[in-house]
Amino acid sequence: MRKRDDALIPENDQPTNRVLAGPLFWITGLVLLVGIPLLNLLPDDSPLHVSDFTLNLFGKFFAFAILALGLDLIWGYTGVLSLGHGVFFGLGAYAMGMHLMLQIGAESVYGNALPDFMVWNQVKELPWFWVPFHSFWFALVAVILVPMLFAAVFGFFVFRSRIRGVYFPIMTQALALVVWLVFNRNETNLGGTNGLTDFKHILGFSIHDPATQRVLYALTVLCLGLAYMLCRWVTRSRAGRVLIAIRDCEQRVLFSGYSPASYKLFVFVISAGLAGLAGALYVPQVGIITPNQIGVLPSIEIAIWVAVGGRGTLSGAIIGATGVNWMRSVLTNHVPELWLLVLGGLFIAVVMFVPTGIVGLFRQTHAKLPCWKIKIPGWHR
Amino acid sequence: MTSDIHPRGQLTPTMDTISRELANIEGTSGRTTIGSRHQRSILYLEDVTVDFDGFKALNGLNLVMDYHELRVVIGPNGAGKSTLLDVISGKVRPTAGRVVFGQATDLIGLWEHQITALGIGRKFQTPSVYTTLPVWDNLDLSLRRRSKGVYATLLSRVSSEESDKIARTLQTIGLTKKARVLAGQLSHGEKQWLEIGMVLLQDPALLLIDEPVAGMTDQETRKTGDLLQSLTDKHSLIVIEHDMEFVRQIAKTVTVMHEGTVLCEGPVEYVQNHPRVIEIYLGRQKEPHASV
Repeated sequence: MRKRDDALIPENDQPTNRVLAGPLFWITGLVLLVGIPLLNLLPDDSPLHVSDFTLNLFGKFFAFAILALGLDLIWGYTGVLSLGHGVFFGLGAYAMGMHLMLQIGAESVYGNALPDFMVWNQVKELPWFWVPFHSFWFALVAVILVPMLFAAVFGFFVFRSRIRGVYFPIMTQALALVVWLVFNRNETNLGGTNGLTDFKHILGFSIHDPATQRVLYALTVLCLGLAYMLCRWVTRSRAGRVLIAIRDCEQRVLFSGYSPASYKLFVFVISAGLAGLAGALYVPQVGIITPNQIGVLPSIEIAIWVAVGGRGTLSGAIIGATGVNWMRSVLTNHVPELWLLVLGGLFIAVVMFVPTGIVGLFRQTHAKLPCWKIKIPGWHR
Repeated sequence: MTSDIHPRGQLTPTMDTISRELANIEGTSGRTTIGSRHQRSILYLEDVTVDFDGFKALNGLNLVMDYHELRVVIGPNGAGKSTLLDVISGKVRPTAGRVVFGQATDLIGLWEHQITALGIGRKFQTPSVYTTLPVWDNLDLSLRRRSKGVYATLLSRVSSEESDKIARTLQTIGLTKKARVLAGQLSHGEKQWLEIGMVLLQDPALLLIDEPVAGMTDQETRKTGDLLQSLTDKHSLIVIEHDMEFVRQIAKTVTVMHEGTVLCEGPVEYVQNHPRVIEIYLGRQKEPHASV
């Protein structure tokens, strides 16, 4: 038998590096997970002190990063643009929000066990779908399973009907609009336009306590790390290459014996689960969830984060979500009227000049300039 | 019907013989018996019609192919050649007729990926490869595997047996040195070969190949012809082609299609001298009442 040429086998099939990322990942992860909360514990007048506000802000950004990872799987890798991911984010956020609402109990403004908005709307009894959310564990499962289930049903019909190209984004956008309208109605019993807010406790801890927020921040970083590893495991498997193949030439995939519809459904459902998780981490840190945070516009914005960071790269999704949101927070603090112009301009600039996003741009320059030929571990796929 | 068969050509059932056979086997299940009547055939199309809102892309087409046969299908634009491949591979569902693969497998109603799994591979006219994946991965994804479901591919690893197969195919298509190059960076001819390699790795009993040499240089064309001919040891092939020089190089039996049916069938010299074939290729002056 002829000797096998091991050099031919692509790196990403080497068994070692499928889940465990390089040192860059671990160093960054450790700094974010341990370093930042430690800096937050420093006294206020220390020059290295990270304020509660900043910590909370980055907790929110990292929740968005999980959402962006999910969208990157379905859009960046598989080439299917979903403009309805706000919906899945919202389902997760509302599921967690409902639990937190019920935790308020008699401490509410009206002193009633029912959430305030129900008293206001003269609802006498807790609606049936609210009841199981008394349990934290039920809420925790619902946060991920409800969006996944919803995505599975929607995706099953859409992908089986071979809705492709521009029609899928349009349909998902319509979905976002429908959900926004439904959540806005008082009759839906989800707080209407005002959404769910005024949370007091989570698992008995005061939600406004800086210590609670530190834990929530650390949990978010942890979840982001796990989400990254999950996505890495998926994209580096053979299934991950099928996803890229679907993006490149779906017809060929179909005629190679794969069912693209099943793969799209799979990745859509995973992506929805990640979005739901992101929503659940967002709510206790931001303290409010309203229909306006889950509708059409936020859904489009997620796509902008991913495009700016770099489609089809996991680090790009995280960098994009964190970077764009950080920029928003800086700009809206100093020149609020400029933000929407910058966001729109950013998107146009990325689409026209840097289609591969920040990470793609960096990789290109990195490959071109000889003086930059320093190996950064874990940077190249 | 209009089928005009050369004595040396392939055995093609006329509508008469088929209806006689059908009459003989009345009472038994027609579907399987028809297949088993043609034990030697790998593909059997009977009276296949494809109606696109009144336009008949295929119109009562009959075609039988043997194992290890290389069949070239020619015909003017709009004759229904590509639709024929679409029907066999499951992309288009015929309005009427039957398509039987191998002994008794009815292909009508199956999805494309199911038909592929049965052993029918298809190469498209324009090179269809995964441009952002390396050549190796292109081939790896195409390899015939027990399961191509999500769960199986998530957990699968490359086995040395599979790597050997891929390496051998790389040699066959002459791309060993480019295994790591992204498929998008290959030349047009190389992409065509890569796609042929991808289809070969599916280990199909029947290959459907649509205009393999379009846009190739003369040298590439000859190499492609040699490659296709060498495949008949293990596979049966249907090749659609316009380039008559190439057809002469590879063809034993040529099927000429016109307006959705088989016009005639036989060796190259026979169909080239067939008056109806000359007529449809050189104009319609002798056929003033031709319907369009």
